[in-house]
Amino acid sequence: MIKQKGILFDATMCVGCGECYYACKAQNENGEGKEDFLTDHLSYKSYTVVEEYEDEIYTRKMCMHCVDPTCVSVCPVGAFTKTEFGPVLYDGDKCMGCRYCMQACPHNIPRYEWQSNNPVVQKCTMCHDRIKNGEMTACAEACPAEATLFGDLEELKEIALQRIADDPDTYYPHVYGLEEAGGTHVLILSPVPFEQLGFAGNLPNEPLPELTKRALDKIPHVVSVGSVFLGGMYWLTKRKNQIAEENRMKEDENA
Amino acid sequence: MLKKILEKFTFWRGIAALILLSGVYFTYVRFVYGLGAVTNLSDEFPWGIWIGFDILCGVGLAAGGFTISAVTHIFNIEKFKPLSRPAILTAFLGYAFVALALMFDLGKPYNIWHPLIMWNPSSVMFEVAWCVMLYLTVLFLEFLSFALEKFQWQKTLTLLRKVIVPIYILGIVLSTLHQSSLGSMYLIIPQKMHPLWYSSFLPVYFYLSAIAVGFAMVIFESYTSARGMGHKIEFPLLSEISRITMAFLVITLAMRLVDIVLEGKLAFLFKPEIETFMFYIEIGIGTIVPAILLSSKKFRMDRKWLYLTSVLVVTGFILNRLNVSVTSIIYTTGDIYFPSLGEISITMSLVVVGIIVFKWLSNYFPVFEHKAEEKESLISFETPHELAPSK
Ligand code: SF4
Ligand code: SF4
Ligand code: SF4
Repeated sequence: MIKQKGILFDATMCVGCGECYYACKAQNENGEGKEDFLTDHLSYKSYTVVEEYEDEIYTRKMCMHCVDPTCVSVCPVGAFTKTEFGPVLYDGDKCMGCRYCMQACPHNIPRYEWQSNNPVVQKCTMCHDRIKNGEMTACAEACPAEATLFGDLEELKEIALQRIADDPDTYYPHVYGLEEAGGTHVLILSPVPFEQLGFAGNLPNEPLPELTKRALDKIPHVVSVGSVFLGGMYWLTKRKNQIAEENRMKEDENA
Repeated sequence: MLKKILEKFTFWRGIAALILLSGVYFTYVRFVYGLGAVTNLSDEFPWGIWIGFDILCGVGLAAGGFTISAVTHIFNIEKFKPLSRPAILTAFLGYAFVALALMFDLGKPYNIWHPLIMWNPSSVMFEVAWCVMLYLTVLFLEFLSFALEKFQWQKTLTLLRKVIVPIYILGIVLSTLHQSSLGSMYLIIPQKMHPLWYSSFLPVYFYLSAIAVGFAMVIFESYTSARGMGHKIEFPLLSEISRITMAFLVITLAMRLVDIVLEGKLAFLFKPEIETFMFYIEIGIGTIVPAILLSSKKFRMDRKWLYLTSVLVVTGFILNRLNVSVTSIIYTTGDIYFPSLGEISITMSLVVVGIIVFKWLSNYFPVFEHKAEEKESLISFETPHELAPSK
């Protein structure tokens, strides 16, 4: 069985050096990057950013590579796919640019080339090209503080839980990504509640695609019951009209 | 008198020309420099009024096509027949408008056909795309069934008439699916919407309100085209239709309110927020005021008031769709979107083009005469189209 890969980011260990930011830029040929990298935002050429919050807490933002990804579920042409190791990938040749993926992503990740007349969606790929050859992601490799770890998802989960158990004073007692919207392949540890670091805090634990699935499952019923009902109504009302017509003719004759 | 009318016409034509001119300019910018150059859309706010108005309202306002065809061709209520053709024509145009608008909104409009061969059945939008494509075909066939009369192609016509009932049924089923599914598109973002609009019943609300506004549009169009093009209004019919509209509107509102209470969102109705205000405006204009007006026979039987209520219902409907797609989402993203001049110009241009084409087509094809159809109709039955009091 293929082992699912993942990334563990620990905000308590991040020193805010920006190495992951620049490594990601280089890996994806996304330009030089900003000198004051802390002010950059996710964009079509910044797949990850480092953000600074109160008390010198630094956190990263990147695609969470959801277990049951909303982007994969909503895309009308299947431009997004969940690969076997875990990365969620996008195919610009299929995309028609409806931007439903951006609207629906619970973590607000996909970015668009708004200034282009042949635009594509951009986001972190979990360095799919590297990890399928057994390498680490560029950002994990670049991190000097081991705040970003790359590895087998199940192992990373254990490490994360262990860290909280070993040092409950340092950590906020929750691993972000274990449950959020059905779980993700990127796990986050933080010293403070996750909303304070700009992570979506009000996500249900159920995968979001379930919400539409429930509605879509009703379609066959609507079609079958609806057609039979309409066909029946047509027949009934037509018959009724005919009878009324016949009665009228009879009356005319009698008169 | 004539001079007056002429002056009026030139005025409106002038406005239309101005709108179209700006539309042409922004179209150029849009396709040369990309979406970012004309719209206020951003990564945080990827869907604006081109979705909220052009698509959601466009499809909804074209619902008259399927509601009237259900009433006349399936429930065989013959007296409504005179309304069926204009309704089908408007629906056809409405969907053409939506398709055209999509070409502006899609980042890669040349890939619009991709859902034909690239399937993702778990996507609501995929389902909508298919339903709309099929329904456009159905509408085209329905439209053909009276356009052909013009050309006297009897053979094709007879053939078409043989299969027209299943086609009507198909049209109604497809409309039911995609009208409701436009609401389902929002089911997947519960955390991004204001609680007064998010509901797991969104598809039901979208469907019921589309039925209501479909009928209201029939009233609105009959009146407008009667005024503008000298066609007679089938007034008693319209008055009856207004009652159906009201029934659907009141049911929808009641369901929404019960839903809000049961979901424990009652407090949001009393929060002093701009969203709460928008909610009351929406239900006030779209349902409560028209319901009060139409409950009185005096207003219902008066041309002007009937027309006014249909305008209110349509406005309320547009507000609802914009509230779902813009207001409710701004609530969570913060105040980061207001439609740009370019977005508004292009939307208005499309509306203007739609009106011009409607006028042209309805003069050219026998939409407002139903003599020919009466002779050939499946059940030969007197259509009381002469009921209308000519003014
Ligand atoms: S975070 Fe968003 S873009 Fe990334 S996999 Fe999840 S839904 Fe898709
Ligand atoms: S923008 Fe492209 S990738 Fe995103 S949902 Fe639409 S078609 Fe799919
Ligand atoms: S995994 Fe690769 S693409 Fe994603 S943030 Fe890290 S370096 Fe960038």
